[in-house]
Amino acid sequence: MSGTLSLNLRIWRQASPDGPGAYGSYRLEQISRDLSLLEALDVLNEQLIGAGERPVTFEHDCREGICGSCGFLVNGQAHGPQRATTVCQLYLRQFKDGDTLVLDPWRAKAFPLIQDLAVDRASLDSLIGAGGYCSVNTGNAPEANGTLIGKDQAASAFDTATCIGCGACVASCRNASASLFVAAKLAHLAQLPQGQPERSHRARAMQAEMEQQGFGSCSNNLECEAVCPKQISADWISWMHREGRRQSS
Amino acid sequence: MSPRSSGLPDSRIPAGPVADAWRRTRDGLPLISPLRKRQLQVLVVGSGLAGASVAATLAEQGYRVKLVTFHDSPRRAHSVAAQGGINAAKNYANDGDSIERLFADTLKGGDFRAREAGCHRLAEISGGIIDQCVAQGVPFAREYGGTLANRNFGGSLVSRTFYARGQTGQQLLYGAYQALMRQVAAGQVELLTRRDMLELVTVDGVARGIVCRHLITGALETHTAHAVLLASGGYSNVYYLSTNALKSNASAIWAAHRQGALFANPCFTQIHPTSIPSGDAFQSKLTLMSESLRNDGRVWLPVQRDDPRTAAAIPEAERDYFLERQYPAYGNMVPRDVASRRARELCNGGQGVGPGGRSVYLDFNDAIADHGRATIAARYGNLFEMYERITGDDPMAGPMRIYPAPHYTMGGLWVDYHLMSSIPGLFVLGEANFSEHGANRLGASALMQGLADGYFIAPATVTAWLAGNPTPEIAPDHPACREAEARAQGRLHGLLAVGGSQPVDGFHRELGHLMIEYCGISRCAEGLQTGLKQVALLEARFHQEVRVPGEATGPNGELEKALRVADFFSLAQLMLRDALAREESCGAHFREEHQTPEGEALRDDGSFAHIAAWQYQPGSGEPTQPAPAAEPVRHSEPLQFTVMQPSTRNYR
Repeated sequence: MSGTLSLNLRIWRQASPDGPGAYGSYRLEQISRDLSLLEALDVLNEQLIGAGERPVTFEHDCREGICGSCGFLVNGQAHGPQRATTVCQLYLRQFKDGDTLVLDPWRAKAFPLIQDLAVDRASLDSLIGAGGYCSVNTGNAPEANGTLIGKDQAASAFDTATCIGCGACVASCRNASASLFVAAKLAHLAQLPQGQPERSHRARAMQAEMEQQGFGSCSNNLECEAVCPKQISADWISWMHREGRRQSS
Repeated sequence: MSPRSSGLPDSRIPAGPVADAWRRTRDGLPLISPLRKRQLQVLVVGSGLAGASVAATLAEQGYRVKLVTFHDSPRRAHSVAAQGGINAAKNYANDGDSIERLFADTLKGGDFRAREAGCHRLAEISGGIIDQCVAQGVPFAREYGGTLANRNFGGSLVSRTFYARGQTGQQLLYGAYQALMRQVAAGQVELLTRRDMLELVTVDGVARGIVCRHLITGALETHTAHAVLLASGGYSNVYYLSTNALKSNASAIWAAHRQGALFANPCFTQIHPTSIPSGDAFQSKLTLMSESLRNDGRVWLPVQRDDPRTAAAIPEAERDYFLERQYPAYGNMVPRDVASRRARELCNGGQGVGPGGRSVYLDFNDAIADHGRATIAARYGNLFEMYERITGDDPMAGPMRIYPAPHYTMGGLWVDYHLMSSIPGLFVLGEANFSEHGANRLGASALMQGLADGYFIAPATVTAWLAGNPTPEIAPDHPACREAEARAQGRLHGLLAVGGSQPVDGFHRELGHLMIEYCGISRCAEGLQTGLKQVALLEARFHQEVRVPGEATGPNGELEKALRVADFFSLAQLMLRDALAREESCGAHFREEHQTPEGEALRDDGSFAHIAAWQYQPGSGEPTQPAPAAEPVRHSEPLQFTVMQPSTRNYR
């Protein structure tokens, strides 16, 4: 599936958080279909630098879909049109010659804009700090095989622990809710025996912090599940609400 | 007695039998009262497995900790991308594993170029790491009965690798990250994200702080501390295309090196045999396919050169399963360097497949027939999806194409048994130091080492150092801080002032081509000398022709890249020098002049059973104008073997 294509890009350009922003229009001629979208932005940036213009700022690092750094909207969809895929793993063969791609940053109150397509997601760290852990100091651990955990149970815990903290769920939610992010962490730890001692406290503290950080509430739109690059199920949000009732009863 | 050599600090390797050395050492280390710990400030650079685990652990003990990372969140550190697993000598598989066996495998895997006592300590600590991670809630793979599952990994005859699907590094990192965030929320750790360390502050030769650049405001900040811990990862990005994340860099360790920290075995770099091959010039990275795939995948090439047929059209009899043919005992499981070298040879000989003939097949057809699609999907599902996303091909339908890629750097800052560098008060952890993997690292041992350093070794040895060195913290306006800030300013402004026309990436790509050609899978004196000349020329051109747009204030990704690439130029030259000086083949360092008639590595224990530790010599010019810098000085630390005598690796 090699070959080339040309793309029109409309990219949100904003030099500073409080400065004005506008779309910039760019065209990439005859670039390889085997490039990722981020590599296409690398090509664009080399052209911009050559022309004496400011290159486009976007977050990225591992470029293999695991670090969670990258993320912006491609034609309104978080991480673009391909299912279960971060934007760094989105290859140009997904697009047609002459397509126009509109790139926007995550937009959420809890994710203040830094520059262009980059936003500040430190609020997600605060959610983890509020209770997304097992309080076990180094050196306190019992023998690992002392606790038996069923294969399926461990696999289900893994399915929720796989969240990469990219923020796509928040960006695609009309309320900018972090419910899927929080539910995933609560579910990861609540499904394991190690997570039981702090289970109630964790659920209360993380949900309170979500409000504190300016994230909205869930209104069951399920867009979060659709865009999640790790395919975490939104059923866990319903589970989280039941978990809340379990705690208060 | 510790082996010593002139010009090197005492390596502080404990006297007496190796087997019990760490326990004896630890039991003898001085302690600090909880009250006193609260007054001591420790600075950690890096938030990967080593950095996050040591910061969390020291904070739990009561120290005031600052953690500096260039990422927006500690959870992004590149440990997150480690796929395969983590070794531990638990012997859960009851297949004869033991601490002694893991120790022996580590030393032998490193081709007898690591310290015996350090390797043994790793094996001893390995079990406790698994216990700690399980207690944190790391969702390791399990058996139906509920016990932890293990798998076999390249270079080993036992199953001792713990894993969480193909995302073991991610899950271990999140365990450490969550422990860290708990301490951040408790106020014990001050988290300083989006900062690049540019300089080390030393006072009277002792590490006392760092200068870093805030990547959003561009401001230079100085942070002082009673001890500085670098856990900033490896330097495979010197090759431009590697399995590392794009921002992984050597700037923190290189800043320390410029201030006198010795750099050990820089030429020991590991090339991973199973990565997705390169294609377009703008390809930005080589994505690793975990070598656990070699458990079930069979590596082959067409017997016929330049065979135009598709894989499916080539009958069994015309396929060369070359690793199985050449190494009947280990087959596809031979160590990484052996697998990489054989693949390169055959591709150079014209048998390679894919664009430019630079790849080999990794075939799951037989495994699917033996175990069924469902089993293979359960084992490798996420890796297969990743492969398909990048290449557009489905590994269930036809073989993957793979090729070796720079992956891990065994070399790094020299440290003693306490993980302290040659600069007192400066500790180095994880991939950033040179320790324990010798000339080649076993698969699934990087995660083990990072967490051993962070959870268990450094917390004990840093405490011991602080107990013996009750120096007060220095103020951020101390003359030494001012000097370090001035050095950082000089480099920033030097790069911005070049005003050339070429973007940074082009220089980095060229550097990568030179390094993979002359200092990659296979090396020779002539090539290394050519490499040295060409890298120096390229470096000079970089400092005349690079264009770094924008200013020192505000976000400036190009300036970040330029600073990193400037450091890679200097490091690349040290790697070439080290590879030239090491006139033997050992582990991942293969010198063409030193091989057996069968083409296997020929080690020279008489002349090279030592660690090479390089001392930086300030050049006549500023680092921004690297006019011929004075030649670095090579020191050597002899290696002593008491338990195992160096043997020749034989995987045939």
